Amino acid sequence: MQPASAVAATGAGEGAAVVIEGLDKHFGSLRALRSLSARVHYGRLTGLVGPDGAGKTTLMRILTGLLVPDAGRVALAGYDVVRDNDAIHVVSGYMPQRFGLYEDLSVMENMRLYAQLRGLDAERNAGLFAELLDFTRLAPFTTRLAGRLSGGMKQKLGLACALMARPRVLLLDEPGVGVDPVSRQDLWRMVQALTDEGMAVVWSTAYLDEAERCQSVLLLNQGQLLFDGPPGELTAQLGERSFRLENAGARRRALLTRALELPSVSDGVIQGAGVRLVLRKGADSAQLRELAGQAQVRLAAVPARFEDAFIDLLGGGPGGSSALAERFAPVELDSDIAVSCHQLTRRFGDFTATDNVSFEVHRGEIFGLLGPNGAGKSTTFKMLCGLLRPTSGEAQVVGHDLRRASGAAKARLGYMAQKFSLYGLLSVRQNLEFSAGVYGLEGDTRRQRIAEMIDTFDLGGWLSATPDSLPLGHKQRLALACALMHRPPVLFLDEPTSGVDPITRREFWTHINGLARKGVTIMVTTHFMDEAEYCDRVAMLSRARLIALDTPDALKRITAEAGHAEPTMEDAFIHLVESSGREPEVAA
Amino acid sequence: MNATDPGTTPPGPAAGLRRFDLRHLLALVRKESLQAWRDPSTLLIAFVLPVVLLLLFAHAVSLDAKDVRIGVVLESPGEPAQELAAAFSGTRFLDASFAHDRREVADRLVSGELRGYVVIPQDFERRLAQQGSEPLVQIVTDGSYPNTANYVENYARGVVQAWRAGLDAAAAPQPVVLEPRYWFNAELESRRALIPGAIAIVMTIIGTMLTALVVAREWERGTMEAILSTPASVAEILAGKLLPYFVLGMLATLGAAALAIFVFDVPLRGSLAALLLLSGVFMVPALGQGLLISSLARNQFLAAQIALFTGFMPAFMLSGFLYEIDAMPAPIRAITRVIPARYFVDSLKTVFLAGDVWAVFLPDLAAMALIGALFFMLARRATRKNLE
Repeated sequence: MQPASAVAATGAGEGAAVVIEGLDKHFGSLRALRSLSARVHYGRLTGLVGPDGAGKTTLMRILTGLLVPDAGRVALAGYDVVRDNDAIHVVSGYMPQRFGLYEDLSVMENMRLYAQLRGLDAERNAGLFAELLDFTRLAPFTTRLAGRLSGGMKQKLGLACALMARPRVLLLDEPGVGVDPVSRQDLWRMVQALTDEGMAVVWSTAYLDEAERCQSVLLLNQGQLLFDGPPGELTAQLGERSFRLENAGARRRALLTRALELPSVSDGVIQGAGVRLVLRKGADSAQLRELAGQAQVRLAAVPARFEDAFIDLLGGGPGGSSALAERFAPVELDSDIAVSCHQLTRRFGDFTATDNVSFEVHRGEIFGLLGPNGAGKSTTFKMLCGLLRPTSGEAQVVGHDLRRASGAAKARLGYMAQKFSLYGLLSVRQNLEFSAGVYGLEGDTRRQRIAEMIDTFDLGGWLSATPDSLPLGHKQRLALACALMHRPPVLFLDEPTSGVDPITRREFWTHINGLARKGVTIMVTTHFMDEAEYCDRVAMLSRARLIALDTPDALKRITAEAGHAEPTMEDAFIHLVESSGREPEVAA
Repeated sequence: MNATDPGTTPPGPAAGLRRFDLRHLLALVRKESLQAWRDPSTLLIAFVLPVVLLLLFAHAVSLDAKDVRIGVVLESPGEPAQELAAAFSGTRFLDASFAHDRREVADRLVSGELRGYVVIPQDFERRLAQQGSEPLVQIVTDGSYPNTANYVENYARGVVQAWRAGLDAAAAPQPVVLEPRYWFNAELESRRALIPGAIAIVMTIIGTMLTALVVAREWERGTMEAILSTPASVAEILAGKLLPYFVLGMLATLGAAALAIFVFDVPLRGSLAALLLLSGVFMVPALGQGLLISSLARNQFLAAQIALFTGFMPAFMLSGFLYEIDAMPAPIRAITRVIPARYFVDSLKTVFLAGDVWAVFLPDLAAMALIGALFFMLARRATRKNLE
């Protein structure tokens, strides 16, 4: 131990776990971080919050010594991240955004590896292992390969490995992405226990409900620090500008569109049967009251959320009307049922992924498919859009049987995959042309449709760029354009906004709401509980079975009757899964 | 550093951390071995591919011409012509079919059924009597297979000469008979020369290709980021990668050598120790090249492409394995000097077919070690412990 470092450790280490001063980092011409200064304290959970491209991951990597700053100084637990790089790796635990463990090693083998790399002897630290396994509830799965764990369990294993050798600072890069609410609750519980012991934990996230639960947040946007403090403080800054139009029922989408056109409204989202709105700074609620009066719905003032304040700080949400939906011809179908399945079952060997699931989806409905990781959402979803053959049971899309006429059914549906599935080596225009070609559009129709998509989604400036170089919002627009090229009456969205920031998500839902109003049927899977609020009805799956099917508000009511006051959609989810009497993770 | 109590004080940026920690290495080697063992494609490349390659080189790829189909057109009805024709049918290298009209065989040559034909002309007896002023027979070959064409021509001439010599010998025995003898590979079986070389190809695939792929895979799957954030040093991480593949390469060599000796009857005239030493030293440039590629290409597809073009192809084409280096044009010959497989193939052929000739091994060993050291130095410079 060198005395100089020891002094530094005690000097700066008393109050702050991380000291960032005048940090700059650029990649080529992109300035990822601009003169950032902040502190992170021991014994606290600090949220690193911001939209995509804000610089969250760059900052995380600098903190772990994986990237070198261009200017400024960062000290972690008293050590300079550049000069004392080796020490940084000893005192910090880091969990990267992507699952960084070995999928072909078992849970125990991964833990042993990390223990040994951190200088611990697995045999002599049996107590620590037992403790970590107990803490993460992974004890029954020690021999399972990491690749066969559910998303939530992977994150817990990642946490266990990062916690090996008791780091003083724990850095978690978007640990909540792709994790269902039940597992997420587990992660929170664990992190809470760690901060109580005095560890500094940094949790980066684009989910604002997560940010709200942190003791302190650093809010980044375009590489700059916009806010540093407890989330409640930012929420309080908003004052009383949050309102809700209660029980708008079937008219809520139209109401949201109209409300967002009002100059006094800065942001709005659908919340079950209601519409949640935020006024601009300094505006009064007169226009809103007038709107409520015309629509004959009740306008209630509601407590502000962190999300309201966040969007407001970033300059408000996107507008409310969708140029795409305006051009879309209203969908006419012979039957009111757009998608249906009857006793749908799929087995993989002796494992049943989807067990006897039946439901019907109406024309123009937004239908959500929710469930914990490994509950059978994706399997069910893939059978409904013809990507997987059911073992037994029936599924129909606009009257076409997926078992017999999956080709005809596929021509009538649009599909947007989780990772957007765009061709990285083709330009934006070529991607559009490809999807037009693959759906059999020719000649004038084809040219017209492509031009229309470029115009609607404002892709004109990006035509020769590759999809990967697009900002995330544009990338998502392009994926949507490709999925809608043939104007399908049914649109399937598989976790369309996983890891996407709230502003981009709002823009996306504006389009989806607009399409639904034109009669397009939307099937969506999601882990976002506020996204479930956009749905007309939600089907909840757990352990391959359908455990609930109703409107979001009705599901929340069931939970409220069980004793939860003011339940959120997330509370409802956890309640329903737990009361279905099964440990959700065992199904993975 | 030992004075500090690790329990209460955070470990300092101790000089000891930069050292090579054997426990880290051991943990990484264990992890890599488990992964290699569980990944069917690794085992396929290490143990099934060598068998397939050796089988291919032993049977399918043959540089010997055997039973080449030719036509013999017998235009002369005379007895000497009949005898010559019989001489053609008596050889084990040519598979002769007979005709009386050259038009018959010409079509079969065009269709590729025959590789050439020999015309014994109508005035054969007259030409024979004139003693050498005019060629005795006409030989037509398929020039689209130059090697075979050459061979057919030479062999057909040989048959004619031998037949004629037989005639002369009956009259007056020649005082000196030249009888060729081929050293090291007396039967001139190409597989005896090919199979030792094939071991070099197998080792290049395991050393260069597999190593480049497994390191690129760590980048691609994001596991490298997590490993880099632990106290393990770059040297430990890389050594942890290389050691298991070194062992795998040596095991594959032993397997391939056993197959060569016991199944394909290739003699091992040198010692096993020399073979292992040569293989071990060859692994240095092979692994070094794999490492260098992986430090440049961080995705598996690109890594595989680069490994194919800079490792496998040169080892295949320019190492003297398939084509003799002495027959190459000077500039290409110069290029072969920087290809480590060239030195390995040279030594392998020697150790299998000739014996322990240290005058051959030592320069080869030195060249391989030198190229290997160069690759490692470049790779070390290109790899840093961060994501920049």
